[in-house]
Amino acid sequence: MAEMLPIKLTVNGAVVSKLVDPRQHLTDFLRIDLGLTGSHLGCEHGVCGACSVRVNGQVIRGCLMLASQTDGADVQTIEGIFEAGEAAELIAAFVARNALQCGFCTPGMLLTAAEIVAEGKLLDRQEIRNELSGNICRCTGYQSIIDAVEMVLLEKLKEA
Amino acid sequence: MKASTFKYLHAQSKDEAYAAFAEYGDEAVILAGGQSLMPMLNMRLAQPAVLVDINPISELSGIVLLNQQLHIGATTRHVDVANADLIAAELPLIGCAIKQVAHRGIRNRGTFGGSLAHADPAAEMPACAVALDATFVLQSRAEERRVKAVDFFLGVMTTDRRPDEILTTIELPAQTSNDAWAFHELSRRHGDFALVGVAATARRRSEGLEELRLVVFGCEERPRISKIAASTSLSQKDALELATAVAEDLDPMSDLEGDAKTKRIQARTLIQRALDDLFVEGANG
Amino acid sequence: MSDSEQTIGASLPRRDALRLAVGRGTFTDDIVLPRMLHMALVRSPYAHALIKSIDITDAKNSDGVVRVLTGADLEDVCSPFIASIEFLPNMISPPQYALALEEVAWQGEGVCAVLAESRALAEDAAELVKVEWEELPAVVDPLTALLAGTPTVHRKLETNIAMIMPIEKGDTKLAFANADVVVEHSFEFGRQAGVALETRSVVADFEPAGRQLTVYQSHQTPYQMQDVYARHLGLAEHQVRVIAKDVGGAFGLKLHAYPDEMAAVAASVLLGRPVKYIVDRQESFTSDIHSREMTATGRLAVSGQGVILGVEVDILSAIGAYSIYPRTSVGDGVQAVQFTGAPYRLPTFKGRVRIVYQNKTPCGAYRAVGQPIGCSIIEQLLDLAAAKLNLDPSEIRRRNHLRSVDMPFKAAGGLEFSNVSLDECLTALLAKMNYDSLRNDQKKAQKRGVYRGIGLATFVEQTAVGAGLYGPAGVRVSAQEGCSLRLNPSGLVNCSTSVTDQGQGTLTGLQQVIAETLGIGFDDVTVEAGDGGATPYGGGSWASRGLAIGGEAARLAAIDLRNKILTVAAAITQELPENLTLVNSNIFDGSKCLMDLSELSEIVHFRQNTLPPGVDFEMNVTRHFVPRDFPYFIANGIQASYLEVDVGTGAIKLLEHWVAEDCGKIVNPLLVDEQLRGGIVQGLGAALYEHCLYDDAGQLLTASLADYAVPLASEMPDIHIVHVETPVSGTGLGAKGAGEAGTLGAPAAVWCAVNDAIRPLGAQVWKQPFTMAHVLQALNSKGSLL
Repeated sequence: MAEMLPIKLTVNGAVVSKLVDPRQHLTDFLRIDLGLTGSHLGCEHGVCGACSVRVNGQVIRGCLMLASQTDGADVQTIEGIFEAGEAAELIAAFVARNALQCGFCTPGMLLTAAEIVAEGKLLDRQEIRNELSGNICRCTGYQSIIDAVEMVLLEKLKEA
Repeated sequence: MKASTFKYLHAQSKDEAYAAFAEYGDEAVILAGGQSLMPMLNMRLAQPAVLVDINPISELSGIVLLNQQLHIGATTRHVDVANADLIAAELPLIGCAIKQVAHRGIRNRGTFGGSLAHADPAAEMPACAVALDATFVLQSRAEERRVKAVDFFLGVMTTDRRPDEILTTIELPAQTSNDAWAFHELSRRHGDFALVGVAATARRRSEGLEELRLVVFGCEERPRISKIAASTSLSQKDALELATAVAEDLDPMSDLEGDAKTKRIQARTLIQRALDDLFVEGANG
Repeated sequence: MSDSEQTIGASLPRRDALRLAVGRGTFTDDIVLPRMLHMALVRSPYAHALIKSIDITDAKNSDGVVRVLTGADLEDVCSPFIASIEFLPNMISPPQYALALEEVAWQGEGVCAVLAESRALAEDAAELVKVEWEELPAVVDPLTALLAGTPTVHRKLETNIAMIMPIEKGDTKLAFANADVVVEHSFEFGRQAGVALETRSVVADFEPAGRQLTVYQSHQTPYQMQDVYARHLGLAEHQVRVIAKDVGGAFGLKLHAYPDEMAAVAASVLLGRPVKYIVDRQESFTSDIHSREMTATGRLAVSGQGVILGVEVDILSAIGAYSIYPRTSVGDGVQAVQFTGAPYRLPTFKGRVRIVYQNKTPCGAYRAVGQPIGCSIIEQLLDLAAAKLNLDPSEIRRRNHLRSVDMPFKAAGGLEFSNVSLDECLTALLAKMNYDSLRNDQKKAQKRGVYRGIGLATFVEQTAVGAGLYGPAGVRVSAQEGCSLRLNPSGLVNCSTSVTDQGQGTLTGLQQVIAETLGIGFDDVTVEAGDGGATPYGGGSWASRGLAIGGEAARLAAIDLRNKILTVAAAITQELPENLTLVNSNIFDGSKCLMDLSELSEIVHFRQNTLPPGVDFEMNVTRHFVPRDFPYFIANGIQASYLEVDVGTGAIKLLEHWVAEDCGKIVNPLLVDEQLRGGIVQGLGAALYEHCLYDDAGQLLTASLADYAVPLASEMPDIHIVHVETPVSGTGLGAKGAGEAGTLGAPAAVWCAVNDAIRPLGAQVWKQPFTMAHVLQALNSKGSLL
């Protein structure tokens, strides 16, 4: 067995120090070691996007980054984003528009959507579709998700 | 599936990486953005003994313009290339093509140099590097080499990089306002690897196109610059004939998405569309 | 308390959407139990082979390994699956073991299970298991499987033919001889995978002292699995409890009993410790059921007026290595034949399906089972006939649709209808899509050299399947649904239902039905489901049954509870119960409010002593419902696709999609619409991308999400929906199912649209999915493009 590596990072605002198996990817670390089960594993080969988490402010695939690479990093998961009240409009829009069914992809989808909204660029529906194309949803057919993101984005741009 | 066991080294400098190469030889594999390597690890298709993480080496990241050459550090993230004003201004071909690279979450983590060093024949950046006549800077403890993009890609996921070398910088001549360029890619879905793609640059003259660098990718073992297309200046009426000739000159690999004949038809269409763009100013703006 | 009026029919957001959105769902992999072990499987690398020997020495000694199990170890603990149907006594079904014993029959069949302290350690050890194989010839191609002299898929089988079923009504020979127009077409349907985003998952917890087995499983039917585990593990059924918490998509693939999951449960029984088994994505592709692999030829005879005279269809359905347990794998092929032409008046019909085994992953029910195949065949034939007669595709459909005057109706394939609204749906659809202006747009585009096509697909959908189907078949599946209601001391109601919800929103629908029927607010009801040990016995979710059957059970339970409440209220207030009503949680006599429901609730729970003797104060009711008048409810509708074919690359760009749908009474339009959209997009995936490809040796070539392409947001069109509402007879609620309508009709609509687009070039596609390569092949067959 490989030597365990010490890492110290911030997860959802709290400092975490742990020993990790070098081969463990970030999502397994969050789910197994920290009990943050809101990030899901849909493929573990970087295609589905269900494991999306935010590292140093950017959304990445948690299954395509090693926990050992997050030493010193700032990691945010859906749990932290919800608890901080961030993306509240987006989450509310997802619920109101029924932009989720089984909910397995949704935390990852929301993180990606939140990044798009935060960038605040005016996007048409096809552009929103392209921006979300890295997150697979097998239930909704996407339209309700696009509606929800479009609604929140337009609202944000109107305010700005 | 979970990766098999490996030793993980967090290289803080190139020297630390070289030391790891010296100690572990072929057993050591470079981890950059990891967007191609990590899936292979997770599927146990790759089972390296040692991973050398070069992300901490800060000098490997960044974009600068020097003497009309853009120097892109190998670990510059795709997102940073895509968002850079310098790229938009000086390398519009890259600026356009990089939007076709995978998806947001991958571009946020994946690196420019990683994509080139991985050398997937269906990837966009290697084709653009060839079309733009890029030079790859490879450094080992002993020496620094400069390799032209056209010589760097040797085959499917095979490059001229030696196991003890780091791809540090990619140098790309800035495109000028006289330079026409075009990029067309056919993929099943947005962000997928190309089934067939074309990256092209040329100088637009009143009588036609000159210095045409037409690269077809995705269907052969590596991105290939067409010699047929490069030979003469091209007038618009000869475009269809050239597209057909270039397509017929291809030796496409059959795969799940089509046989060689299919790929040739698709390539011809894309080449034709790329040539149309090259003739029309602002077609790809 | 909120307003109870008109809850049914309101577009209310789902009760559990927020919890799931913010990552607070409990999917099976989220469950962690003390002393829990993790299982990894060694799976067969060959499509067909004999196991000569298994050496587990190194694996046993690997880090963190607790036990390594082979087929022989499990044989003593659990009996094999044999999936058969009583009314098909000639159907052959080989036994399927939790782990293979001597022979493996598909690449991915489980051979050896490693139980270790973590999944990674279990996988490390699995790599150390040494299996000595003797490779046998693999039967991959369905046609070859049929031929005499072809080796069999299992050594013990005498033939690869699972069954052959002919259907005949009237004399098609005569009909075709008298027809003005006869069209014929061959079809190939690609094998598909269901691809739930959460892979199949199980946490089995056998407590050896009390011999109590609890299984947390990502599954559609806990009751079925309780029955399966009890019978195959030799436990009494009340010793087994299966709990499906949140399920990350199911689509039929989580309806079956799988040998790998059986192995995990058996391992827990053997070891007396909790065992977690999460199928990884690659395993999911080789071991989840596949479906839809069929080839077909269809012929259609019509009169000069475009009236159907006869249909002939011959289908070959390939189901992989085993008939899936307990429902069997023949449904796909059987329904494909039954649904060919089902929405139309067919004076004569001749159909046949041959179902063969092959050395590939077993097939089973996937959303819309067989129906998309039948739909695609007839819709394509109708378009071909319409083109010959120079009739508009909408017109030939209108001339042949079943109408209300034909009801009740029994179709040639045996389908029973109580009502349909096909013409109404067609009218609504054409209006919604501005059909005529779209045809103009298509013509204008063609002048620019742009090939656009419009495709229509009429469909009927078999929903809410009841005991009328499973009973005679002798399949141990409970098709009833149950609902228990409990009135709490504050006047709030707990519902416990056998219906399960994988995101459809069925539980929200039940909440609406209960609230309105009872006369209380939507938020005054909570619904629990998925716990096979604690909810009323029933089915679960499959075949679009949740609201149609479970909703009726909920309605009946709510009526009973309301009557109980009013009876007590009458006793308390000295009024006649028949004069009382319950509205907005208040008891009224006419317009006079007598008391609040919470006041009554307090009395029945805490102050029974104040009630007159003999008054029934028990405020728990349970009702079950199963359709008795019809074996199922037939829903119906029409879809339309508008798309563009790039004739230079073969690429298809979906522009827009429409559906007019009739699922009877709509309880929640918001949720129904998204069921339709989600279903349509799965159907669009089938049309454009989804294909499990194998090589000649039976190796799956598309075992990752990169290779097996499912729809992404980027290529999907906006989908416009219009409803026609024809309540079903036989229930008070009047709801039919809607879960499969989208998946059913979308491939046919795209198929028709693609061919509509390229018909001017004299080309047509015949193979689904319509990949770029196939479109080019179709175009190229009419002359060289290069």
